[in-house]
Amino acid sequence: MSWLEWLVALLAVAGSLFVLLGSVALVKLPDFYTRLHGPTKATTLGLGALVLASMVYFNFVKGELNVQQLLIALFLFITAPITAHMLVKAALHLKLKTSAQTSGKQNADL
Amino acid sequence: MKSLKKWWPTPIRSLFLFLVWLLLNNSVEFFHLFFGVVLAWLIPQLIHKFRLVQPGMKSPGTALRYGLMVLWDIVVANMQVVRLVVGPNKRLRPAFIKVPLDLKDNLSITFLASTVSLTPGTVSAEVSPLNAGGDEPRYLLVHVLDLADEAELIQQIKERYEAPLKEIF
Repeated sequence: MSWLEWLVALLAVAGSLFVLLGSVALVKLPDFYTRLHGPTKATTLGLGALVLASMVYFNFVKGELNVQQLLIALFLFITAPITAHMLVKAALHLKLKTSAQTSGKQNADL
Repeated sequence: MKSLKKWWPTPIRSLFLFLVWLLLNNSVEFFHLFFGVVLAWLIPQLIHKFRLVQPGMKSPGTALRYGLMVLWDIVVANMQVVRLVVGPNKRLRPAFIKVPLDLKDNLSITFLASTVSLTPGTVSAEVSPLNAGGDEPRYLLVHVLDLADEAELIQQIKERYEAPLKEIF
């Protein structure tokens, strides 16, 4: 295996790991607000790494010009924070319960 | 010059649309180039009347540096969040905090809120009051996954993210 293939493998595995951990956060964390942190962050980096792996593979290992993947990263970086924002807004509006250890509830009118 | 403005009201947006079209098709064949130019002309014409005038970029260099810094911070923030996720729930210190805003216009506040959501263990929840122009000072409501020191985090957000955004717009 050439070092480029090692790089692709490393990026793909690291990316999948981050996406997995982001999903674990979605299941494991105590309340709605904390659960949102998983998909906004870990998944962004995970998908970023996967996109990078795909770009390295097609451009350098296969040797064909392929930069479409940049669009995935672009749309993801624009939409992920906005989705999270809308979800928190809806949660605050419905006054969803927070876990007991949350501080600063008065700031959010909860 | 005047006719140029009329045909291409937003040249940078047109160029951006053109590039995105080429990326979507992943080709530089004549047909795609031609159709890209048509779309880059047509879409800005159609939406021109609905456009809200946003402030232009004052300092592209700072913007570039800001973008790179945010990319790096996303990587660092992810490591932290992953560590928190794997650890026991009891050790988390979630909190809502208010970050007072110095930024005035909606575009730069959007950038700040998105950056805050993507980076240091925080998700921005609300901008309040929603509309600019009131006398009340505006703030950003932020949910933090693990809060160590409120004053320190507020200062970090203001210095690291808000200060360069103030320079850019």
